[in-house]
Amino acid sequence: MTLAAKRATTAYIFLALPLVFFLGVRFGPMIYMLAMSFTDWGLLRKELHFVGLGNYKAVLTDPVFLKSLGNTARYAIFGAPSVIVLSLFVALLLDLIPKGKAAYRLIYVLPYITPIVAVSWVWRWMFLQPPLGVINTILMALGLQAKEFLNSPQQALQSITAVNVWVEMGYCTTIFLAGLQTIPKEISEAAKIDGANSRQVLLKVTLPLLMPITLFLTIMEGIQFLRIFTQVYNMSFQAQGGPLDSTKSAALYIYQKAFTNFEMAQAASASLVLFAIIMAVTFLQLKFFDKKMGY
Amino acid sequence: MKAKRGLVLAILLVLAVLAASAETVTITYWQYFYESKVNLVNELIKNFEAANPGIKVEQVTFPYESFNQKVAASIPAGEGPDVITLFYGWLPMYVKGGYLQQLPTSDFNKAWFDKTYYPFVAESVDFGGKYYSAPTAVRTLALIWNKALFKEAGLDPNTPPKTLEDLAAYAKKLSKYDAKGNLVQAGLLMQPSGQGHSWLREVLFRQFGNVPYNKDYTKVTYNDANAVAALKWYTDLITKDKVGYPNFATDDVTAFKAGKGAMNIDGSFRIATLNAVKGLEWGVSELPTYKGIKSNYASYWTHGIVSGTSGKKLEASIKFLKYLVSPEVQELWLQKVGELPATPALSEKFKNDPVVLPFLKGLEYAKASLFVDEAGQRNIMVNAVDEVVLNKADPAAVLKAAAAKEQAIIDGFWK
Repeated sequence: MTLAAKRATTAYIFLALPLVFFLGVRFGPMIYMLAMSFTDWGLLRKELHFVGLGNYKAVLTDPVFLKSLGNTARYAIFGAPSVIVLSLFVALLLDLIPKGKAAYRLIYVLPYITPIVAVSWVWRWMFLQPPLGVINTILMALGLQAKEFLNSPQQALQSITAVNVWVEMGYCTTIFLAGLQTIPKEISEAAKIDGANSRQVLLKVTLPLLMPITLFLTIMEGIQFLRIFTQVYNMSFQAQGGPLDSTKSAALYIYQKAFTNFEMAQAASASLVLFAIIMAVTFLQLKFFDKKMGY
Repeated sequence: MKAKRGLVLAILLVLAVLAASAETVTITYWQYFYESKVNLVNELIKNFEAANPGIKVEQVTFPYESFNQKVAASIPAGEGPDVITLFYGWLPMYVKGGYLQQLPTSDFNKAWFDKTYYPFVAESVDFGGKYYSAPTAVRTLALIWNKALFKEAGLDPNTPPKTLEDLAAYAKKLSKYDAKGNLVQAGLLMQPSGQGHSWLREVLFRQFGNVPYNKDYTKVTYNDANAVAALKWYTDLITKDKVGYPNFATDDVTAFKAGKGAMNIDGSFRIATLNAVKGLEWGVSELPTYKGIKSNYASYWTHGIVSGTSGKKLEASIKFLKYLVSPEVQELWLQKVGELPATPALSEKFKNDPVVLPFLKGLEYAKASLFVDEAGQRNIMVNAVDEVVLNKADPAAVLKAAAAKEQAIIDGFWK
């Protein structure tokens, strides 16, 4: 065996371990879940029966599942673009400041490295009605009316989205900042010598060069918001996704089907529906950005 | 010589340990985490092990929110407990699934249940003549109030409201608002997701002249004008009188403990919890009546043995279960937790206890809803209140839809 072949073999052996893990822990259960979604598998039923597409019909005609899909879409549509725009803005500002960059970066990344359950509960308490909630106390000190936030079917979803935007900003800002620092100064300096103003440099040089990172973050954040769970579980009362299912995400619906109703097969079908949606959205994002990336 | 003797001793010692460990049976007991109950059971286990050498009991607890989930995931897999304490509303599900075993008829038969328990208990643990579980204690609802807040509002701290009309009037007097009109002290805590949904369905509906279910709880019958009037009365307290609202100061128990709520409808299991709050002076009385009608909601947690337990473990489990429902434990349970003895005769002793008496009186006319999916059915009532309060929906339409949804759950279970 040549040295190169030996090296390759070693690499294959090391790579095989994660592959085995992936097949055993990720792929296997997924196939199992697909098979089970055509049965009446329930935790409290001893026998399995084939029910064809019955579970898919059951979940797709369940108004609560449809509502949770709508909610999930709203999380993603409001949440992901807000994170990208805000964190890009913050990263651009951070790139400009000469001193204290590290300290600022730390402040922005702190929410992201804090356990999400703790973040959710602290915000849940801050969102409380008067006389307890900090945010309402501030609003009222400013002479404004108190808001219902998590108690209102109209405001609860936005409140949870806002918290998650705040959390995810830490991550995105860090990545954007890293991206900005890889852009060679020579390019923007050359553009400036050619007479470009700073707005033109930003739009024609910086942003196009950041495009691969923007694509990566858009996809990651899209997925992040499409599978939102922990925040909703902890910020809605008794983890119900309320009030009136107004914050229930598809992931929470699946969890409840599986672990409150013990209808594992229906939960499996709902998961596959969500999986299909996430895959389709990711695919569309790739296509869209691929066209825009031709710089 | 010495070495030989040492060897013999060592062998004997090993044999003795082996023999002892062969004789010891360890059984696992599960309940949800409620501090006073967990502490009491730890004590009970000590007593039980002392009286039954050779049996060890291990107590495992989970938070209420995830308890049912752990149970459903473990028992079918044959992993979990031997003896388990379940909410009576979950029982039909586990019995139907075949995950609890029938208790030995020699000890647990109809005659014994009828003799030992309140009629509503004996009826609701009876599955076609078979018995899968037995409870220690039962709970009812009562009105609890904060005496200091009564004094502050100029009310007699020892005279609680006796009727629903009085309750509403008192609640208004006890509510406080800030300059912007936000509620800062609730006159009456309104928590449908706590005991509120049971107060509505088994107490208010009945007091307003409705019968919420047929006798065996297979038909939902609260879709009528009387029940609508009850729901309207309940939600008017939130929307018109503004004496409280769901999740005020996180939830009713937190608010009451913090002195942010003057009155609450709560269960007897809260006695120990409230007694532990320093400086909280509280009173308890029977639920307010309406048009002279009294009603109450009773519930209980009940102990069963899972289907996979057999042999020596089964024998030990039966012994432990018998101990848990014994008169001695029933009395301890009342003293340490506040839940009432499930055997009527044992209650007699506590007739002079001002805290226990109102709950005991409630037992005389209490109903225990026969849930098939306790969480699902609770959620329907919680959402009905939210629809009226948050979406300003028409109570009649809301109740009609709720009844249809609950009927679908019940039909789905019995089909």
